[in-house]
Amino acid sequence: MLFLFAILIGVLYGAAVYLLLRRNIFKLVLGLIFLGHATNLLLFVAGGLTRGFPSFLRDIPGEVEKMADPLPQALILTAIVISLGVTAFALVLVYRFYSVTKTVDLDELSENE
Amino acid sequence: MNIGILLLALLFLSVLAPFTRRYLGNAAGWIFAIIPFAGFVWFLGMLPEINRGEVFTHRYSWLPAYGIDFSFYIDGLSVLFSLLVLGIGAFILIYAGYYMKTYPMKGRFMGYLVLFMASMVGVVVSGNLITIFVFWELTSISSYLLIGYNHEKPEARGAALQALLITGFGGLALLGGFVLLGIPFGDYELTTLFSNPEVIKSSNLYLPALLLILAGAFTKSAQFPFHFWLPGAMAAPSPVSAYLHSATMVKAGIFLLARLNPVLGGTELWHYLLSIFGVTTMFVGAWLSITQTDLKRILAYSTVSALGTLVLLIGTGTEYAINAAIIFLLVHALYKGTLFMMAGNIEKNTGTRDINKLGGLFKYMPFAAIVMILALVSMAGIPPMLGFIGKELIYEAKSNAPSAHWFILIAGFMTNAIMVFLSMRLTLDIFWGKEPAYDKKPKEPSLALILGPFFLVVISLFLGLFPKTMANPLTSQAIMAISPGMAAIKLKLWHGFNLVLGLSALTIALGVVAYKYRDPIISMATRINLKYFREEFSRVFFRMIDYFLIYTKEQTKAIQHGYHRFYLMTVFVVASILVWIQIWNGDPVILELNFRDMPLNLVAVVALIIAATISAVVAHSRVVALIAMSVIGFGITIIFIAYSGVDLAITMVLVEILMVILAMAVLFYLPKYVKYSGTGARMRDALIASLVGGFMMVLVLQAGSSAVQEPVSEFFKQSSYTEAFGRNIVNVILVDFRAFDTLGEITVLAIAALGIFSMIKLTKKIKI
Repeated sequence: MLFLFAILIGVLYGAAVYLLLRRNIFKLVLGLIFLGHATNLLLFVAGGLTRGFPSFLRDIPGEVEKMADPLPQALILTAIVISLGVTAFALVLVYRFYSVTKTVDLDELSENE
Repeated sequence: MNIGILLLALLFLSVLAPFTRRYLGNAAGWIFAIIPFAGFVWFLGMLPEINRGEVFTHRYSWLPAYGIDFSFYIDGLSVLFSLLVLGIGAFILIYAGYYMKTYPMKGRFMGYLVLFMASMVGVVVSGNLITIFVFWELTSISSYLLIGYNHEKPEARGAALQALLITGFGGLALLGGFVLLGIPFGDYELTTLFSNPEVIKSSNLYLPALLLILAGAFTKSAQFPFHFWLPGAMAAPSPVSAYLHSATMVKAGIFLLARLNPVLGGTELWHYLLSIFGVTTMFVGAWLSITQTDLKRILAYSTVSALGTLVLLIGTGTEYAINAAIIFLLVHALYKGTLFMMAGNIEKNTGTRDINKLGGLFKYMPFAAIVMILALVSMAGIPPMLGFIGKELIYEAKSNAPSAHWFILIAGFMTNAIMVFLSMRLTLDIFWGKEPAYDKKPKEPSLALILGPFFLVVISLFLGLFPKTMANPLTSQAIMAISPGMAAIKLKLWHGFNLVLGLSALTIALGVVAYKYRDPIISMATRINLKYFREEFSRVFFRMIDYFLIYTKEQTKAIQHGYHRFYLMTVFVVASILVWIQIWNGDPVILELNFRDMPLNLVAVVALIIAATISAVVAHSRVVALIAMSVIGFGITIIFIAYSGVDLAITMVLVEILMVILAMAVLFYLPKYVKYSGTGARMRDALIASLVGGFMMVLVLQAGSSAVQEPVSEFFKQSSYTEAFGRNIVNVILVDFRAFDTLGEITVLAIAALGIFSMIKLTKKIKI
């Protein structure tokens, strides 16, 4: 499964980079979202893949050895929430950008300066 | 008294000086002069011990780990230079006090002068290369402040900047040279350098170190082709010209060459470089002085010539040459200081420095005239002044030069003839000759203004009359410091009839003849200069600076272009190249394809996410892209659930729903997709994207197979229930063990919410 996830993460990062290089500011934000997804998955996969054994303490003997690593999950949880904040802010910024400049082309912004 | 105390006292005085003007007025110079005079006496008192061959060293720890210490090394050379700097400096301070009477902010001017004095003494007594460099730069800075003193005048600012840029460039080169020089020794202390000078000569760092240090010395000492800043520096008030730009600062380069002669000198390269630059500067300086009419510029070019002579003599390196260099240094400082101060006096009294507009001054100021004429006699090298001894030694040295001595001798002969010519011209044209109509009647300069010139000339005269008892003790140890093993020659005013005396006579005769035919000679020189030296060096310099500015502007434009995607592209391309090189050179990735742990439902989810990703990227419709995005989000949620990330899945679902709603709301206001980039740009971006995606893929494969350290999670697993009483470990980590992180996260969200709120509010206001 690791191999498949590697491909998935690679595709997500590739999509993020491609979208970040676009001129449309909305696509830039999509790129940011992709970057967040890709990184979350990267952390998740790097923490080890454990099937069907969440990190709950249920007083089952030997559960500590079997259960999923809780630390990467805690980190990813933080990251998901932060990327929600970033994305929401970016989206409103895009809206604001458009209502002021009347364009979504970032190049036009550079040329206007 | 300790040398450190002297330096501190001078620095303290320089800080204090701007505030004393109100209380001391024009007499400030007399009071300020006490400290340098005390220093002068102290150095004079050291002379007997120095002449017994003693060297004084002090060392204060500064950065011992780098071999950089605040250390002092006082030998004959340091004492000679310190005496010049402090002795002439004391007179300059007295002179400046009255000379600057009408200028604004005189206190600050005095402060700069004293600052310069401290740094110059610092250069000559330093025992560590880095310490020398620090003081060296301080002299450049104080020179900048002094040249630009009349800062309302654009030409003063220009000249100051030019001098600073050239000497600053030299200073930078010098630092590089010092660092290279220090590498083979492992230390920057002069004592280490002197103890085993062969270390650097056999090292392959010798050439770069030498070239860089020479760049520093040549720029400071105004060697051709860097000579032009010195005449430009004449924009400074006369005390500055007399002090910095003739007697002391420009000699710092000479000092450095002399100081490092035992370490760097004695090689063919040293000999040829110094001789070529020296002889060129000597002649060019003298030649360019012929056509000048500004008294100070004439003197400035003759200073350039004298500096060239000094470099040439040090480069020649024979016993006679080193003797001649030290004597000439002393001679030149004495007469040039006098001449510049007198130039200032003449300008003060008549309102002009143009020698064509001067004449017949002898009857107005006979005493001052005699002082100046004696200095000019010294410059011409006529007995009984010390200048004569200096010139005789130089001829002797040049005729015995190890190579090309005929060429050097002829160039030197011409130079000296020009000096005789200049001396006659200045003497006769200024003090006799046709008298123009002066605005006010010139009179004798006041005591403070004539004191310095008078004493310097008298010293020069006495040194010339009694060379063995007076000049020899001053200079003999300096000579030995430059070239260990060389002896000081017994100086005599009269050497008997020989080749050198014949040359001297011939020089004077040629100078006199040249003066007789001065008009055709000057007009010829003007014609030649117009034809071959048309371009003024300083104009070329400023044009170079302009081009440099244009170049940097273009460079900034090219690098800081303002297009976000090209910045990002640079980062991505560079990063992927570096990582791919690393992957290429690293261990091969081992692929373990185990189809048994690939449940079909999960494979389908991964395939779905990939398909959604592609459609989100290539979608022509924004709504399609957004729907694809939410497919990806929920797909990832399923992966989290499948691999035991229950909390993650719950959060992800909530976040995805929020995100889609928000994006939809924003999208409502945005225009439809327009095709901005062409196919070429898309292909290029796709290539970059696949490079980055590719290395991230390899990274995952590598990371999955290399657990380097025991996970820290064991601690959380063990103590989640016992310490925090929670069974859901992920939750416990977030709200208990790492509670402050979560608090920070909430704060970030709150700030983001505030930002969003205010942006929406702001829009509404504008709409109203």
